[in-house]
Amino acid sequence: MKPKNQRLVLVAGAVAALFAAVLLAMWGLRNQVSYFYTPADIAAGKAHDGEAMRLGGMVAQGSIRHLPDGVTIRFILTDGKSQTPVVFRGIAPDLFREGSGAVAEGRLQQGTFVADTILAKHDERYMPPELGNLSAEHKAGKTLER
Amino acid sequence: MIAEAGLAALWLASGLAALQFLLMIAALRRGADVAGAMRSIAVVQGALTLVAFAMLLIVFARSDMSVALVFENSSAVKPFIYKIAGAWGNHEGSMLMWVTILAVAGGFLAVLGRRTSEHTLLAALGAQAVLALGFYAFLLFASNPFARLFPAPPDGQGLNPLLQDPGLAFHPPTLYLGYVGLSVAFSLAVGALLTGEVDSRLARAMRPWVLGAWILLTLGITAGSYWAYYELGWGGYWFWDPVENASLMPWLAATALLHSINVLAARGALKAWTMMLAVIAFSMSMVGTFLVRSGILTSVHAFAIDPERGTFLLALLGIYVAAAFALFALRGASLKEGAPFELVSRETGLVINNLILSVVLGIVFVGTLYPLFVEAVSGEKLSVGAPYFNAVAGPLALVLAVLVGVGPLIAWRRERRPVFKQLTIPALLGVTGLAITIILWPQMHILPRLGIMIAAYLAGASILPLTGRNPLRAPLATWGMVVAHFGIAVALFGMASNAAFTSERLAIAKPGDVLSVGPWLVALADVTPGAGKNWTAVEAELRATRGDDIVTLHPETRYFSDPPTETSESAIRTFWNGQLYTVIGKEDQSGAWQLRLWWKPFVTLIWAGGALIALGGALALVGRLWRIAWRRRSPETEWRRERYA
Repeated sequence: MKPKNQRLVLVAGAVAALFAAVLLAMWGLRNQVSYFYTPADIAAGKAHDGEAMRLGGMVAQGSIRHLPDGVTIRFILTDGKSQTPVVFRGIAPDLFREGSGAVAEGRLQQGTFVADTILAKHDERYMPPELGNLSAEHKAGKTLER
Repeated sequence: MIAEAGLAALWLASGLAALQFLLMIAALRRGADVAGAMRSIAVVQGALTLVAFAMLLIVFARSDMSVALVFENSSAVKPFIYKIAGAWGNHEGSMLMWVTILAVAGGFLAVLGRRTSEHTLLAALGAQAVLALGFYAFLLFASNPFARLFPAPPDGQGLNPLLQDPGLAFHPPTLYLGYVGLSVAFSLAVGALLTGEVDSRLARAMRPWVLGAWILLTLGITAGSYWAYYELGWGGYWFWDPVENASLMPWLAATALLHSINVLAARGALKAWTMMLAVIAFSMSMVGTFLVRSGILTSVHAFAIDPERGTFLLALLGIYVAAAFALFALRGASLKEGAPFELVSRETGLVINNLILSVVLGIVFVGTLYPLFVEAVSGEKLSVGAPYFNAVAGPLALVLAVLVGVGPLIAWRRERRPVFKQLTIPALLGVTGLAITIILWPQMHILPRLGIMIAAYLAGASILPLTGRNPLRAPLATWGMVVAHFGIAVALFGMASNAAFTSERLAIAKPGDVLSVGPWLVALADVTPGAGKNWTAVEAELRATRGDDIVTLHPETRYFSDPPTETSESAIRTFWNGQLYTVIGKEDQSGAWQLRLWWKPFVTLIWAGGALIALGGALALVGRLWRIAWRRRSPETEWRRERYA
């Protein structure tokens, strides 16, 4: 290749790579992004069954039920307006308890949220970012996810 | 007094950085002879930041609670090593460490940088001073690590227990050395663009810095992945967390730079492209620092939400990146292209390597920043997680892994030999791997299946550059390349095996119960309380048996008092063919405990591969430095060795 053509080919390659990256990223984002909802959003029908999403709220008082297998729990997340039942199989995080905030990652199935992961308010100072707006007690001081 | 001495050292260092920048302008504009002065200033500046950092270590070691930073991040009862590590386990301290490494790297550049022209070196030192100046300003005006509290409180608030771990204590320094090592490549690129001397001499001067930074980034990412694996207790090794991506992005750019710089060093081609990558690599380091340190993300590592700091960092990032790209736009086009090469050549192979790495970098960059962008624009909250990155970047990474086996076989400039013939045996290895997975595990997912196939192929293909000649006479840099490429195959096999063959068991057990996971039978023998210096714990005793193997594991849940937190300490046992990974959960009303058990065949190869990749880099670095020392003695044979580089 002549040096001049060579530069042209290189620039074309770089531009093509840039386009490829953007197109691939857009394609991936359209299919794979998960949105954050509150129980009120779900009551309003904003979320669809089977779509990957995060659900945030406070764990309702008296709502945690342990199923007989010992590792599945059912509980209710609330934002004060609406309530969503959640089922989770796994070891709940250390500070997951009634009356404090939690974010569940998973999918809706016929009105119940099936969680793959639960992120809980970690201690007095740290909490999942989305809960910042939900709890009045929380000062936007320091946060820690999961 | 100690804190004040540290602060004074920082002010002095920033004054010297300003002076260094002014001298650079004088040198470039008027041709003033300031080389000696600039070198000394750069060295003294580095020494002063070291003094400031030492002062910070001293106030942390002494638990001087009158320093606000110590009060917020330490406590008198903490083990000594975490008191020291606490110095950089927080925002201000880690930024001070960042600046210290930046200034010390500048000092080393001043002393060691004799391979470029004097002019380019001075311009690079000036650029390095400007970088340091911005971060000094950030420390002094927005993140003073030496601020005092009056009156001094009796005890501090403690360090996040998740961070009280030996692995994590030394993880940030490793990553920072890597991040900031790239600043020298950035400064050299800016310097060379200013003087117009972009040539193979510059590439050879830049290469050891890039290699060194890249080795440390590789080690830091590998160690960080292992830390997340055993400390978080979720059994995963990579979560595509933004903080992880913050370290992956500079690594991807540095990997591309490492390859293109060889083209510039050996053939004098890809000038503009290499300069661009040097600018991008350090920009990604700054993006990473911004993401982690501005508090814009909320993750294990990102603590302070402080809009002032975030804006300051963003402004610094914007100014430096914009200035570097403006300079590139002004000067890049006037660079003469170097030696021509044909379509089938090592150069083309490396260009393809660079393009794929850049696309992967773009994908990770978009995926990491998109949620922030959407939230800033529309207020809508969303997250981009593993499904996106795996689906979009995964196949590209596999394609790249296939090409890694081909590239090193192709000659520089033009290739007329039938290269593919050499790949017969590796291709057979790959096909055999594929056939075995199809016969034994017909249900396996497509990505792990391809991963095993490509790992088998690449394990063979990566060592081909050493065949056909006496491997002991091959240059150390070639050995380094072979080891690093072989490491990719090893890590890929570990990832594929982990994805395909992991068995998981989640159940409750009372003492005496037995659970099975993979080939193991795990009995819960007992659950007992325990205690450490600043925590209490519940500790399970598990007896695992597999044939004649009998091992005992002790997973724990620890309760820390300051700040009040629980952490789960997994117990992991390593065997030649995998790891048994155990976690204890909570007790239910009947006295049964939740247990989570994994058997992960060959998972350790993931980190062994990472270590091999870093080792390959280290071999190449030693080889290059050795050659520099050698060349000083016998310059006349330089061309012969460079031909084999």
